[in-house]
Amino acid sequence: MAVTVRIPTPLQRLTNGQGEVACDGKTVAELLGDLERRYPGIKERICDQQGKLRRFVNVFVNEEDIRFLQGDQTAVKDGDDVSIIPAIAGGAWPVRPISDTLRVFGCQKSDVSSQMYSDR
Amino acid sequence: MSFVLGLKCRECGRLYPKEVINVCEYCFGSIEVDYDYDAIQRTLSRAAFASRPKSLWRYRELLPIEGEPTAGLSSGFTPFFRAERLADTLGVSELYIKDDSVSHPTLSFKDRVVSVALTRAKELGFDTVACASTGNLANAVSSHAARAGLKCYVFIPADLEIGKVVASLIYRPTVVAVEGTYDDVNRLCAELSAKYPWAFVNVNIRPYYAEGSKTYGFEIAEQLGWRAPAHIVIPAASGSLITKIAKAFKELHRIGLLAEPQAKLYAAQAAGCGPIAAAIRERSDIVKPVKPNTIAKSLAIGNPADGYYATKAVLESGGWAEAVSDDEIVEGMKLLAETEGVFTETAGGVTLAAAKKLIEQGVIPRDESIVLCITGNGLKTQEPLVNRLGQAVRIKPSIASFESSLAGQLAGATTKR
Repeated sequence: MAVTVRIPTPLQRLTNGQGEVACDGKTVAELLGDLERRYPGIKERICDQQGKLRRFVNVFVNEEDIRFLQGDQTAVKDGDDVSIIPAIAGGAWPVRPISDTLRVFGCQKSDVSSQMYSDR
Repeated sequence: MSFVLGLKCRECGRLYPKEVINVCEYCFGSIEVDYDYDAIQRTLSRAAFASRPKSLWRYRELLPIEGEPTAGLSSGFTPFFRAERLADTLGVSELYIKDDSVSHPTLSFKDRVVSVALTRAKELGFDTVACASTGNLANAVSSHAARAGLKCYVFIPADLEIGKVVASLIYRPTVVAVEGTYDDVNRLCAELSAKYPWAFVNVNIRPYYAEGSKTYGFEIAEQLGWRAPAHIVIPAASGSLITKIAKAFKELHRIGLLAEPQAKLYAAQAAGCGPIAAAIRERSDIVKPVKPNTIAKSLAIGNPADGYYATKAVLESGGWAEAVSDDEIVEGMKLLAETEGVFTETAGGVTLAAAKKLIEQGVIPRDESIVLCITGNGLKTQEPLVNRLGQAVRIKPSIASFESSLAGQLAGATTKR
């Protein structure tokens, strides 16, 4: 058992295309540390140089914004769901029409469709 | 013919193609549409507008579409008028109302953003549109999608006013009532937009959608005789309208249609959900999320997407903010109706009540031009008015019944002969 962390699409390049990963930790901060150990480079995208969550990133534990809980000291336990979501407009990451996606990324349909539309 | 160069991150300046992108993949900053303003300036003059249709598409060069507009061809260019009786009541000399409570076809300023969003969604190849909404946006997306022949899903908080639910259902979209606040709805839509290939107008195609709000600002400037007012009071939910009105004035100035605008912007929020007003009043750039508790449900966004930018726009303009109680909101709705004959929704009550307080405090001077932004229609939010208005006088169909029931009021009335 572990905590499930949902990764926003722009960061899925760092998680080998996975939209959900399992991490360990007793708090959100520990979870982010473990995430970094498993997927090096991901934490600096989520946190600033002081280690604080970036202005435009929101983190939810079981659908609750951690700013209403104890911030990055919010406790997590096995089986919890943690979502990392860009703050703008609750901001999700693109769902592009496939034709555009192919053009922008210059890759095959099978490469992107599994990633862009995969069940998260 | 399009003047859109591409998309640009507001934070780090990274450039993106004009596709479906709503957040910078490097810093998570907000994405904005970038135009070729020099080319627009060569094309547009004030004179050009004289022969254009009276819709929001008269500003087409400054909107992010590639081809011809295909939605909202009759939307926008709503009434703008001098509010003499309200000005007398508030003790100010020059007061105007920009009245989107009669926007075609869904009676709120959301017709503007949706006209742009749906035109762009079709260009991008989507056959299904969706939104996270506090009501007005759901109405607009449902209506415009029906006319455009697009499939439609609208997501709303489950406790919305019945008028706003019916005003979506009539167009036969799929209405999803989410058990939670708007912020829950918004987060859900953010996650759904990564799973379903739909255009969530205010999520994954937000950079295009939000540009539609600029037309509200363009119209104020044009209808005021190509000038910006000194003060403008704007209701704030996500904060997007504030930032886009500021951008509208700046753009008109950039292309030479407007003198350098000095307009001070004021954010109006409900006390029960005022995260943007709180940040402005603390002069802070940190917008702390809140749990909404207000009758102004269309403004009940506790975690506003554009709160940071709205706060910045207001403070940079030299403006300020005010938050008002539920009672003040109802009084504001009644005052606008009684003085200017406009029945606005709760959000309009917020705007008027906030303006009144700012004037009384001396924050807004009494002798300069003021515009109040009325963005929605009161027929959609009748619940808070129950038991707070006078009652109809019920009578028998006879003169005797009429006169006995209204004896007090008729005491001084004259009759013929």
